[in-house]
Amino acid sequence: MLLSIDASLIDWSRAQFALTAIYHWLFVPLTLGLGVIIGIMETIYVLKGDEFWRRVVKFWMKLFGINFAIGVATGLILEFEFGTNWSNYSWIVGDIFGAPLAIEGIVAFFMEATFIAIMFFGWEKVSRNFHLASTWLTVIGATISAWWILVANAWMQHPVGMEFNPETVRNEMVSFAAVAFSPTAVVKFFHTVSSGWITGSVFVVGVSCWFLLRRREVKFAKASMAVGTAFGLAACFFVMVSGDSSGINVAKEQPMKLASFEGLYDGSEHAPFTIVGPLKIPNMLTFLATHKHTAFVPGINDLLNGGYKLADGSTALSAEQKMFRGRRAMTSFAAFRQANKQGNMALAAVAEKNLQNDMPYFGYGRIQQRAELVPPVNLVFWSFRVMIGLGMLFVLLFLVLTYLQMKRKLNDYPIILYIGVWCIPLVYICSEAGWICAEVGRQPWAIQDLLPVNAAVSSLQTSSVQLTFFIFLAVFTLLLIAEIRIMCRAIQKGPEMSGETKI
Amino acid sequence: MITYTFLQYYWWFLISLLAGLLVFLMFVQGGNSLLFTLGKSEEEREMLVNSTGRKWEFTFTTLVTFGGAFFASFPLFYSTSFGGAYWLWMLILLSFVLQAVSYEFQSKLGNVLGRRGYRVLLVLNGFLGPFLLGVAVATFFNGSQFVVSKDNMASLAMPIVSSWASSFHGLEALLNPWNLILGFAVFFLARVLGLFYFINNVEDAELRRRCRLKLRSDAVLFLIFFLAFVGWVMMKPGFAVGSEGVVKMEPHKYFYNLIQMPAVAAIFGLGVIGVLFALIRTWISKSFVRGIWAAGAGTVLAVLGLLLLAGYNNTAYYPSTTDLQSSLTLQNSCSSEFTLKVMSGVSLLIPFVLAYIAYCWNAMDLKGITRKEIQNSKTKY
Ligand code: HDD
Ligand code: HEM
Ligand code: HEM
Repeated sequence: MLLSIDASLIDWSRAQFALTAIYHWLFVPLTLGLGVIIGIMETIYVLKGDEFWRRVVKFWMKLFGINFAIGVATGLILEFEFGTNWSNYSWIVGDIFGAPLAIEGIVAFFMEATFIAIMFFGWEKVSRNFHLASTWLTVIGATISAWWILVANAWMQHPVGMEFNPETVRNEMVSFAAVAFSPTAVVKFFHTVSSGWITGSVFVVGVSCWFLLRRREVKFAKASMAVGTAFGLAACFFVMVSGDSSGINVAKEQPMKLASFEGLYDGSEHAPFTIVGPLKIPNMLTFLATHKHTAFVPGINDLLNGGYKLADGSTALSAEQKMFRGRRAMTSFAAFRQANKQGNMALAAVAEKNLQNDMPYFGYGRIQQRAELVPPVNLVFWSFRVMIGLGMLFVLLFLVLTYLQMKRKLNDYPIILYIGVWCIPLVYICSEAGWICAEVGRQPWAIQDLLPVNAAVSSLQTSSVQLTFFIFLAVFTLLLIAEIRIMCRAIQKGPEMSGETKI
Repeated sequence: MITYTFLQYYWWFLISLLAGLLVFLMFVQGGNSLLFTLGKSEEEREMLVNSTGRKWEFTFTTLVTFGGAFFASFPLFYSTSFGGAYWLWMLILLSFVLQAVSYEFQSKLGNVLGRRGYRVLLVLNGFLGPFLLGVAVATFFNGSQFVVSKDNMASLAMPIVSSWASSFHGLEALLNPWNLILGFAVFFLARVLGLFYFINNVEDAELRRRCRLKLRSDAVLFLIFFLAFVGWVMMKPGFAVGSEGVVKMEPHKYFYNLIQMPAVAAIFGLGVIGVLFALIRTWISKSFVRGIWAAGAGTVLAVLGLLLLAGYNNTAYYPSTTDLQSSLTLQNSCSSEFTLKVMSGVSLLIPFVLAYIAYCWNAMDLKGITRKEIQNSKTKY
């Protein structure tokens, strides 16, 4: 048994969670995006009854299956990691956080698991319409699963619908609707899922570009590209709208994260948006964060020093004031437990009242220095730029490709096709960058303002977590290499149809 | 009247039911562990892999849902057991991770480990999955070494509520012979179920003959381990919850549970009968291929019964031998009444889920796997 929690234990637990989540996220967006594209293609097949489309569907479905298997494998670890590595977290918020995970299993995962078997093995066993329905149900299952896991994640960023119960020593759910439909969850869902659609589109378009560059399977590649670009453009629209709403939401619920996105130390009424270095768009950040022309956007120093006016008219507390109230909350908590044990109900009631009064700052009681409250600004700042910058690149790519397709000039500009192929690795970088800004930007909080990571871990030896970290690193890397090689071979082999070389 | 107590019992019932379904669905693991024993030629091995390969997602998803449901309904178990018996759970998970990719990857070009490599992983999971889960479940009767202290939340240096008292972090469970015995019982049960499943699902006279032959030895081993474990549980003292939630040892607790809860005894008895019935009918009738259904239903009921014995009738279902009062009971480890209510609403969807699974399963399994299908099919593992 450990007598105190070692900082290295926390770091390794975080590293392990980050590693497994990042690996999981390498596969999830393609499942979400490619799934919809396959659904669209199969719908075309069923409507037209053209065998050509059936073969198009089968090619992409093969890639989908390879990706799906490893997506499922990596997800299993994540689900149990809340228990294995964040056990205190699991108890303190399990009453709220467990529900979406269970619902995800009951409602979404079984749907995926059942219908994907038909999607792959049912071609000759069930009717065409039943098969089409199964494909869509698999995709819908995956999307519903995204909903519930993002509800869980959004709740960590913006905890709602619960109360602390000092008797059971945990937070307890008081409103399910508040948890399941919190605005943070809604924007997160739309942004994350539509970013998966972009990933799927870029993947399909990139692979099609590769075939076109090789002058192989031209009819197939053009048909796939047409679906990919159209869907990709629609996805870009959703991503930008939902990304904008995400920004507003972050500004409201996690101002420290927003300040880190922008590397903004000193806030102002007319905060500029930094592109990179000295390139700034005046007043843009104020507008993006609030959709108003003048509004105070606090910087990191303001958030630590407090003293500015909040939206509700009150004055912001300083880091030290919050830490003081957090300590006081912990003292009241201890007093409550003590009084309760001695059966002194009057004293317990007073202690509880004091506790609830300071409860919004409970997590700050575990912060030792104000510097701990600032996330790694550089990492967050740059990932944010990578995400948005690459996002713009994809919009451009889809627009140019749409234009070239309309003018039937796809093969006149091989450079565009090269860029299309190179966008495949870039879209993964973009998507991971999005998560890095969302997750690193909320440090040190496992749950915003409530539970810092150092009180969320399991009591394990650091060496155990180190060992599992390296085991996962080795296993997942090996599987990733295998997956990429299998994908490349399957793509090289191409769809099973006679190649048409004329463009 | 839906009281808090009722909800606690209801959720323990659901968790036990999910565990029963999980053990049944581990016919996938049991079948895989026999991949090289039964499949003498490449074609036969392909038939076997494709047979379990259309079902493994159900097993996997049931494992995931079991975890999620346990988390939502008894979060203190989730945090104490997973965070404490770390290595035991990590090994289980790792074996399932390797299994999940092995089907899809094994027959693909460029797969790094080679066909045989992935099949070895399937066999590995086929052994480790059921065996280690059996070991983990045995600790429900045998106890583990942990301490739960909620007051820790007030401490700055050591705020962690649950801590494990053994530095082996779960591996110590492997040192207790009774845990191993349940592990082997579950492993051989999974194999028996795998054999029943193949007999039903693979339409091939030669493979069926081999399965029937193998069924004898595995069934005998299963019965020996299983009866030994049940006998021991009936004899041993149990972890009883007295008034005000005080936990104390009580002689023959599980035996009394069986007698005091005739419904549970009936569930458990019916389950055992179901498995025995499947075995006997398959032995005497060469044309009987539907043993998997009786054995499967029997398994679900027997596991359900066993876990109800561990949790109902004022028993601590996850006992601590280090600090008796830290033992987890339905009352001290469950979610709030509100959450259990919400989740109970969600649980009403379960019959619907089961219905569409049954429908699709049926649509896919109208015809069993034949040599011809494996030779001609392009969509196979
Ligand atoms: C926005 C989408 C998304 C996000 C953020 C996550 N997942 Fe995921 N997960 C999926 C979307 C998804 C999916 C699309 O539904 C998967 C991916 C590939 C697949 O086959 O299903 C999946 C699979 C998957 C599985 C296997 C399910 C099965 O048996 O079929 C588990 C256990 C998890 N996930 C658990 C998690 C946990 C605990 C996460 C957070 C820490 C997480 N996922 C993040
Ligand atoms: C799949 C996409 C995701 C990615 C790529 C991702 C990435 C990360 C990263 C990089 C960290 C480490 C942050 C740090 O320690 O500096 C982290 C931590 C964490 N994330 Fe995520 N995350 C994802 C989704 C989720 C979801 C959906 C949840 C919850 C439902 C979640 C819960 C956590 C937890 C509990 C930690 C550890 C505690 C912490 O460091 O805050 N993550 N994640
Ligand atoms: C171009 C405009 C975009 C804007 C304005 C934008 C904005 C944002 C913001 C503000 C967040 C943080 C949300 C939070 O912390 O809660 C975020 C997260 C994220 N972004 Fe973007 N983004 C854009 C494009 C993209 C693109 C193109 C992708 C990927 C293809 C992407 C993928 C992600 C992901 C996966 C996350 C983490 C999940 C989440 O928190 O919602 N974003 N984005």
